[in-house]
Amino acid sequence: MSEALNVPTMAEYMAAGKRPEVLFWVGCAGSFDDRAKKITKAFVKLLHKAKVDFAVLGTEESCTGDPAKRAGNEFLFQMQAVTNIEVLNAYEIKKVVTACPHCFNTLKNEYPALGGTYDVIHHTQFLKSLMEEGRLTVEGGQYKGKRITFHDPCYLGRANNVYEAPRELLRKLEVELTEMKRCKRNGLCCGAGGAQMFKEPEPGNKDVNVERTEDALETKPDIIAAGCPFCNTMMTDGVKSKEKEASIAVMDIAEMIANAQDL
Amino acid sequence: MDYIANILFVILLVLGIGYFTRNIRKVIRNIRLGRDIDRSDRKNERWKQMAKIALGQTKMVRRPIAGILHLIVYLGFIIINIEVLEIIIDGVFGTHRVFSFLGSTYNFLIGSFEILAFLVLITVVIFWIRRNIIRLKRFLSPEMKGWPKMDGNVILYFEVVLMLLFLIMNAADFKLQLLETPHYYDPAGVMGSFPISQFIKPQFDNMAVSTIILIERTAWWLHIIGILLFLNYLYFSKHLHIMLAFPNTFFADLNPQGSLDNLEAVTNEVMLMMDPEADPFAAPAEGSEDEEPAKFGASDVTDLNWAQLLNSYTCTECGRCTSECPANQTGKKLSPRKIMMDTRDRLQEVGDNIDKNGSFVDDGKQLLNDYITPEELWACTSCNACVEACPVSISPLSIIIDMRRYLVMEQSAAPTDLNNMMSNIENNGAPWPFNQMDRLNWKDEA
Ligand code: SF4
Ligand code: SF4
Repeated sequence: MSEALNVPTMAEYMAAGKRPEVLFWVGCAGSFDDRAKKITKAFVKLLHKAKVDFAVLGTEESCTGDPAKRAGNEFLFQMQAVTNIEVLNAYEIKKVVTACPHCFNTLKNEYPALGGTYDVIHHTQFLKSLMEEGRLTVEGGQYKGKRITFHDPCYLGRANNVYEAPRELLRKLEVELTEMKRCKRNGLCCGAGGAQMFKEPEPGNKDVNVERTEDALETKPDIIAAGCPFCNTMMTDGVKSKEKEASIAVMDIAEMIANAQDL
Repeated sequence: MDYIANILFVILLVLGIGYFTRNIRKVIRNIRLGRDIDRSDRKNERWKQMAKIALGQTKMVRRPIAGILHLIVYLGFIIINIEVLEIIIDGVFGTHRVFSFLGSTYNFLIGSFEILAFLVLITVVIFWIRRNIIRLKRFLSPEMKGWPKMDGNVILYFEVVLMLLFLIMNAADFKLQLLETPHYYDPAGVMGSFPISQFIKPQFDNMAVSTIILIERTAWWLHIIGILLFLNYLYFSKHLHIMLAFPNTFFADLNPQGSLDNLEAVTNEVMLMMDPEADPFAAPAEGSEDEEPAKFGASDVTDLNWAQLLNSYTCTECGRCTSECPANQTGKKLSPRKIMMDTRDRLQEVGDNIDKNGSFVDDGKQLLNDYITPEELWACTSCNACVEACPVSISPLSIIIDMRRYLVMEQSAAPTDLNNMMSNIENNGAPWPFNQMDRLNWKDEA
């Protein structure tokens, strides 16, 4: 894929006097992290394919403040939140979709009390609804029959009780879904949350992502499916530490769906 | 002098319940030392939550073995207490089996109590084996040394003694009824049914009636004394949960687990900073001059809210939280159970300090550092596994976050990496050092 994607911004929409159906909140990882950018692009392709009228904030987007809040810096979090809410409200945003469970959780649960109330959904939920509305069709393609295990992101699962949307999508891909012994509400964290992503772990005898990767490897998967850019990084590193990167891929569900359609 | 026993009984009862009430009032006073938080909304949901989690024990049975065993002890405990009511009336008025007028219902009740008592005995033995022979990992953490470990066993011994006394008392009583002993005997027939204690009864076959009466009376008195001791032991034990689980599940946070509260004191400052109209040099509103500036986050128990303090007294020390904690499982010092136990122990210390001095006198200690170290706090991934696992709706995570808030906002004591992350957010709007103006570059990259 070499051609630039068509990704309209809210500013362009505003200038044209239009309003999109949904705002795609890209998030910091989705904007800057090399691995996560691929997820962003895959999701954008799916949005185009389903003819979704969407826009992004582009350079007007800023960190939701989640890592600052979880690190204890409530001040910085609220500064970020209030700034973002000003932008979102100025564009009269109603519906937000994001591929990052941390952005999802913060926008959905922590912005309303600060004056920012939107209908916020995770990209797996959005893709599921697109399929149900018949706007997006999915076939197994290259993933049909492959052994896949899904790692529940804490901020999608336990934090917000979304367990079924990602699994529903995987079933649509006709994969052989195998669950880890700890899954859904008992799922083990990948180790990135609570701002751990940005620091060295405290002294211990193991890294959390390695422990979690071992759970995943026990299911003998072809692919470890993820729904969060941070989980993706952690699990990818875990697979590398087990020297399994040649045989086991870590992929976001959006990427799998896009690949299955040769997008 | 016929009334000596009755008078003694009443004195005992008043002392036992009085001392218990005094201690419970201390617990309530201590919980009220916490900051205020509104948990009076959504009453219907709260009642439902309490019915499900505390009464229905839905989260206990997620671990089926422990859950079902616990259910037996719990039901046994509650139901056998109906019998205590009769014991109290008999004790005060010198009657014998005052509820026996209920006839067959009474027989059924006593019969069920006996079976329950027997089941409780078996269960308690299994619990003891789990703790002391199988040595389940979650009962062996560092915070479970000393008193907490003893406490777990003491309560089991208590239960064994109480149940045995109950059965011996019934067996002797049954025998005395059959021997047509005055006071025990009723010409209308045997009062109660004794499916379990009938097997103890043959032990009395060759005894003198006076000896059996002595045994019956001794068991009866020890049983009620034991119950009063048990009641008063709760205050010193993790077993406060048998009462506090109810208010604790009622007042628990109803928001999605992922949502953290937004500190109001911070909101006020942020709004002031963002408001172009606000005059930063304006005189503070009247009456606010001598108000202390709000402290951000928590360094001691009095900085936590009362719901968090109620959490700490409710903790059963079961360790389900710790056994699910990713940090703990990978050898980090953090143990969410320890967070709760430390909070409770420090709160108790502050309460004792107030009792001794009339009001709190600085003891040079606080929850942070003296009990909970920053190393523990920084190991948390905020994954909510502890919250999800807790059978009585406790959130160790909320205390961890409040203490991080203190470390960061009052002491600027975050790990260096996190300080870098935060200054990146402040300057570039992202946790990494990328320019906000490059945020959409990905769309043109190959
Ligand atoms: S939220 Fe923190 S303390 Fe609780 S289980 Fe997760 S890492 Fe452990
Ligand atoms: S916080 Fe909950 S799960 Fe943890 S030890 Fe206490 S009661 Fe058990």
